[in-house]
Amino acid sequence: MRGSDRWVGIGLALLGAAVFWSARAFPSVPGQKLGAGFLPMLVGAGLVACAAALIVRSLRGAAYAERSGSGSPRQEHFGSSLVIIGAVVAYIMLADLLGFLIVAPLCLVACFLAFRVKLSHAVLWALAGTLVVHVTFYKLLRVPLPWGVLRPLY
Amino acid sequence: MDAVITAFGLVFQPYVLMVIVLSAIYGLFVGSIPGLTATMATALLVPVTFFMAPIPAVASIVTATAMAIFAGDIPSALLRMPGTPASAAYTDEAFLMTKKGQAELALGAGLVFSVLGGIFGVLVLIVAAPALAEVALKFSSFEYFWLVMLGFTCAIFIAGTDVLKGVVSLLLGLLISCVGLDNPAGAPRYTFGNAELTGGISLIPLMIGMFAISEVLRFASGVDKPAMAIDRPFGNVFAGMWTLIKKYPLQLLRGSALGTLVGALPGAGADIAAWMSYAMSKRFSKEPEKFGTGHVEGIVESGAANNSALGGAWIPALVFGIPGDSITAIAIGVLYLKNMNPGPTLFIDNPQNIYAVFIVFMLAQLLMLPLGWMAIKVAKRILRIPATLLMPLILLFCVVGSFAINNTLFGVIVMLVAGVAAFFMERWGFPVAPTILGVVLGTMLEEHFFSSLIKADGNFLVFFERPIAGTLGALTLLIWGWPLLKSLLARRPN
Repeated sequence: MRGSDRWVGIGLALLGAAVFWSARAFPSVPGQKLGAGFLPMLVGAGLVACAAALIVRSLRGAAYAERSGSGSPRQEHFGSSLVIIGAVVAYIMLADLLGFLIVAPLCLVACFLAFRVKLSHAVLWALAGTLVVHVTFYKLLRVPLPWGVLRPLY
Repeated sequence: MDAVITAFGLVFQPYVLMVIVLSAIYGLFVGSIPGLTATMATALLVPVTFFMAPIPAVASIVTATAMAIFAGDIPSALLRMPGTPASAAYTDEAFLMTKKGQAELALGAGLVFSVLGGIFGVLVLIVAAPALAEVALKFSSFEYFWLVMLGFTCAIFIAGTDVLKGVVSLLLGLLISCVGLDNPAGAPRYTFGNAELTGGISLIPLMIGMFAISEVLRFASGVDKPAMAIDRPFGNVFAGMWTLIKKYPLQLLRGSALGTLVGALPGAGADIAAWMSYAMSKRFSKEPEKFGTGHVEGIVESGAANNSALGGAWIPALVFGIPGDSITAIAIGVLYLKNMNPGPTLFIDNPQNIYAVFIVFMLAQLLMLPLGWMAIKVAKRILRIPATLLMPLILLFCVVGSFAINNTLFGVIVMLVAGVAAFFMERWGFPVAPTILGVVLGTMLEEHFFSSLIKADGNFLVFFERPIAGTLGALTLLIWGWPLLKSLLARRPN
C-alpha cells in the first residue's frame, strides 16, 4: 500500500485522540458511573492503539502490508473520479437554487464527458436520464425534488 | 396454519408478483454487468422499496439479490470478468470452459446449481430461524452482548486477511453509530450543533455511498475493456445438467452447507462463501489437477455456495437483527423502516410476515430457472451496453435515492462522504464489511453492554454466568486468543 499505512496511522491516531478527549465531556446517566461517553472513549482508545500498531508495523516494513497491486496493473485516471465527486458537490450546492431539472442534466453531461462519451450522445442520454428519474421519483414516488428557479413553471 | 394461509395471500397478489418479476429482471441486469454488485443492487432498490408495503419491499430485495448473484456468473464465462464479487472465485474456470467450447455447460451449471444451492439455503432458513427464535426469546442483554461481539469477531477474522485493519474498520463503524441522541444518556454526541446530525447518520444514504458511489468511483479511476469470448448463438444450457447432479451430489451438498453457514456468520457473505467452497472443492476433489483448466466441479460447488449464502445470511438478520452479510445489513434497515423490527418477537407477533418472506425466497429460486435461462439468451446484448453510459445514470439515481429517504440534501452529503471514504478504505486495504456491521450494531451493542454492566454491578464474571452467554463469550475470547495460543503451542516443543 505504498507506505500509506504510516500516514493513515497518524490520521487515525489524531482522530482517536480527539474522540477520546471529547468523549470525557459527555454526561453520565444519573445514578450510574458510566454514561454517553463510555463507548466513544473505548472507540477513541481503540483507534489510538490500532493506529500505533499500524505505524509500528509499517515502520518495521511488514511484508504483507505492501501487497503491491493485486491483480493486473492497470492505468488509473483520477480525473474522472474528481469529475464524479465534483458533480455530486455541484448538485448539493445548486439543487435548491436552480432546481433538479437544470442541475441534474448538467451533472450528467459532465460525467458522460469525463467517461469520454461523445457530446451529442452525452446530451441525449443526460436529458433522457433526467426525464426518467424525474418521472419515477417525482411523479410516481412523490419525492419532492427541488424546483429552484423553475418554481413558476410548477 | 392460519398464518401460512395469510402469508400465501400476502404474496400471491398481482402487485407483489409484479414487484417480484420486475425485481428479478432488475437483479439479473445489475448482476450481469461487471462493476455492479448485488449489494449495490440492494442499495439502489431501497429508495424505491421505501414507498412499498413491507412484503413487496422485502420481496424485491430477496428476489433481486438472488438473481444478481447468479447473473454474476454470466460475464465470468463470457468476458472473464465477474459480474458480482461472488462469482470471482470461479471466473477463470468458467472462462476457460467457454474457451474450450463449453459455455453452455459453464452457464448451465452456474444456473442450475445456483437454484439448488439457493433452495438449500432457504430450507435451512425455514427450519433454523423459527427454532432459533424460540431460543432467542429467553435471551437477556448478556447473550445479545456476546452475540454482537461474536458477530464483530467473525467479520474481522473471516472476512479479512488483515485483522488490525479489520479492527480499525469496525471502530470507525462504531464511531459513526455514536453520532446523534440515541445513547443511554440521551445526550447529543458529535452533532456539532447540526440539527440533521442529532437524529444520527441515516443508514440508507450511508450504504448507497459505501456500496454504489464507491463502485462508480472505482470504475472511473480505471477502465478495462474486456473482449467477448463467444460469437455463436448459445445451445441448450440445460443439457447434461442431470448428469452433473448425479456425478457431484456430495459437492452440491457440501457447497450448499458451507455457503449457508458462511452466509449466517456476520460480516461474511456470498463472495467469501464462494472462495471457501472453491478451495474446499479442489482440496477434496478426486481430480484436483483439472482445477484451473476449465473444470466444472468447482463451479458446481461454489456456484451452489454463493446462492445458499443468501438464505443463510437472513437467519441471524431475522432472528437477532444481526446481519449475516452486507445485503442483509441494508435489508435490516428496510425492516426497521417498515416496522418489521427484526428479533424473536417478529416470529410471534407477525408470523405471517415471516412465512411470506420464506415463500418469496422459494419463489425467487424457482423463478430463477426460466428467467436465468432467458438472461443467458440475451446476455450478449446486455453485455454490449457500455458501462460509461450506465455509471453516470447510476450516480444520479444514487443522489436522488439518498435524497428521497428524508427529503433532505443532507442524505446526499452523507452518501458522498461515505462513498469517497469507502473508495479510499478499499485502496488502503481496510475492509468495508466490519464498518457496516459497526454502524448497524453499534446502538445495539451499547444498549446491551450498558444494561449488562448495570446488572453485573462491577462483577465481570456475571457476563459468563448464563449458559448460552458463557458459551458465546468463551467462543469469542477463544477466537481472539487463538493466534496467541497457537504461537505459544508452537513454541513449546523447542
